[in-house]
Amino acid sequence: MLVDSHSAASSRALRGLIMRLLVIEDDRDASAYIVKAFRELGHSAESAENGLDGYALASEGEYDVLIVDRMLPKLDGLSVIRSLREQGITTPVLILSALGQVDDRVKGLRAGGDDYLPKPYAFSELLARTEALARRRGGSSATEETRYRIGDLELDRLSHRVIRGGKEIPLQPREFRLLEYLMRHAGQVVTRTMLLEHVWDYHFDPQTNVIDVHVSRLRGKLDKGFAHPMIHTIRGSGYVLRAEEGGMV
Amino acid sequence: MTASSLPGGDGAQREALAARVSKLFRTTAFKLSLAYLAVFAICAFLALGYVAWNARAVLDDQIVSTIDAEINGLSEQYNSGGLRRLISVVERRSKEPGASLYLVTTANGDHVVGNVASVPAAVLAKPGQSEVSYGRGEANADEHYAIVQVFTLPGGFRLLVGRDTEERDRLRAVIGRAFASSLAAVIVLGIIGGWLAASRVLARVDAMTRTTRAIMAGDLDDRLAVAGNGDELDRLATNLNQMLERIGELMRGMREVSDNIAHDLKTPLTRLRNRADEALRRSSSAEELRAALEAVIEEGDGLIRVFNALLMIARLEAGSAGELMATLDLGASARSVGELYEVLAEDHGLTIEVQAPTGVVIQANRELIGQALANLVDNALKYGSPVEGGAGRILIAVERRPGAAVLTVSDHGPGIPEEEREHVLARFVRLEKSRSRPGFGLGLSLVNAVMRIHRGTLRLADNGPGLKVEMVFPRALASP
Repeated sequence: MLVDSHSAASSRALRGLIMRLLVIEDDRDASAYIVKAFRELGHSAESAENGLDGYALASEGEYDVLIVDRMLPKLDGLSVIRSLREQGITTPVLILSALGQVDDRVKGLRAGGDDYLPKPYAFSELLARTEALARRRGGSSATEETRYRIGDLELDRLSHRVIRGGKEIPLQPREFRLLEYLMRHAGQVVTRTMLLEHVWDYHFDPQTNVIDVHVSRLRGKLDKGFAHPMIHTIRGSGYVLRAEEGGMV
Repeated sequence: MTASSLPGGDGAQREALAARVSKLFRTTAFKLSLAYLAVFAICAFLALGYVAWNARAVLDDQIVSTIDAEINGLSEQYNSGGLRRLISVVERRSKEPGASLYLVTTANGDHVVGNVASVPAAVLAKPGQSEVSYGRGEANADEHYAIVQVFTLPGGFRLLVGRDTEERDRLRAVIGRAFASSLAAVIVLGIIGGWLAASRVLARVDAMTRTTRAIMAGDLDDRLAVAGNGDELDRLATNLNQMLERIGELMRGMREVSDNIAHDLKTPLTRLRNRADEALRRSSSAEELRAALEAVIEEGDGLIRVFNALLMIARLEAGSAGELMATLDLGASARSVGELYEVLAEDHGLTIEVQAPTGVVIQANRELIGQALANLVDNALKYGSPVEGGAGRILIAVERRPGAAVLTVSDHGPGIPEEEREHVLARFVRLEKSRSRPGFGLGLSLVNAVMRIHRGTLRLADNGPGLKVEMVFPRALASP
């Protein structure tokens, strides 16, 4: 079983988002695993086994996200990305790499990658990050909104106020940024590492459940006294913020 | 070396000698001594030339003043006794040993009296001082040179008074010989000196070459000999030895890492395998299988985490992070990590206090410093629960010290006994005790590696009670 029901459930929450993906990865097993897992969730996924084929497909086809391994035969991953960018192709790229060190990430992003996931990774992490990239391409947050409203929850980025059900909820600055990120990605699963990256701007392994503690604090303030919790834990993946169980985003 | 004992030893010996000599000629020491030799020879030439020039000037002066004195005498004779008196005096003086040169001629150059047999006619025609060649009228027809003074006497007679310059020429010859012999001595001594210096240096360089060859061949514990006189070869040898030391350290480190990876990953891998195996044999329901698989994934994640930490330590210890470094405000790092862990500390019944002034800025990598700080705070949370009655406070502090910026994480837990502190910084210490998750030992090793790549030091101290971990960054990294 490739995909557990949790990620399937989370993906169901993303109604309407069908992603077209291209996986450029020379390891056939890994490639087949990714393609199959995405297809099971209703997305379309193609694959290329080397850098040149991948580059050709990526420059001709229409994709929402490219998943590119760094070490590829014929043309290495970073060169593929660089060439695509030079050609003006802005399709978001998620780099997969066995090289997970600080400098490797920097090099990857500098080459034009949009996100970086070191191997080995959990599929749920890959899924969440791919969805985030696809959404971004969809343009939902390309223009930074000054105000987010999800259900009865409202966040004003300018006045730094959060109101739920007409009642203001006082938040610490960091809690505010955490909620802001969750609301910007409302309806999507965000993983713990994504939160650490975007709210704290750190990419290291915190080695503890420190993010969970932060989220549970926020949840305590946000959902206390309300019938429907808004922050949901997706076991094995991360968190999702949505208006109500099964409701529209 | 006794090459002559070998068959065809003579030729071989000659060849070996030729090779040795040609090598010697190519050495820097030899080339340098040749250059010095040339400079020295030029200096000697200039000095001797100067001496010769001055001596000649002195002698010329002497000759001219002697001639002047003679002329004074003769003019007195002429004034008192006329031409006849002059001629007789000249005749007498001409015959004295070591006499000056005298000549009296008629207006058209006919010899009247004097010890000069022949002189160019042009000289006599023109009164005044000049340097001429003349003939003595002796058996040997050698040409002689003289400085002469010519006067016209009443009646068209010409009087020539002069001195031979033989002495001056002798002096020139002496100086020339002195120059030639000293040049020869300089060349011989210089070559011998250069040879000696070159072969001394060459012997040491050859020894160094032999040692490095041995090291390249695998004898990594060998070191270059240091003569102890502190010259440039010694300094080179010392530096090379330090480099070898570092290489050896890195290699030992790598070996240790691979050994430890094998050793420390084996246990959780075995556990993982057994868990899967047990699930396969015993689990009957889908739920049980799911639970077992989840446990397996969790175990796998833990393994990946350990593996990543190990790789990171190895890479940090092996590399340099020049391009990773950027300007970093230590206080900002302290606050952000403090803030990150604050909530977790509260769950542990502890508090985190950050004492960080702004403006303590160093060249560092934010990720690595963040990771190191997170590890230290995580350790403090895990192991720093206060002993009875102690304050449950973890302090993250940034301070400026002379020549250093210091980042400190201290707790009031049981601390680490002094004799164990050194030991704790070595890799994998904790893993000896509990192997289930990356913790104290690996965490501290990682911090140590991060400090090393920042050229800083990690110090463990007593917090009375508790543990105080100091990350000391040298002044070189600190911006003013």
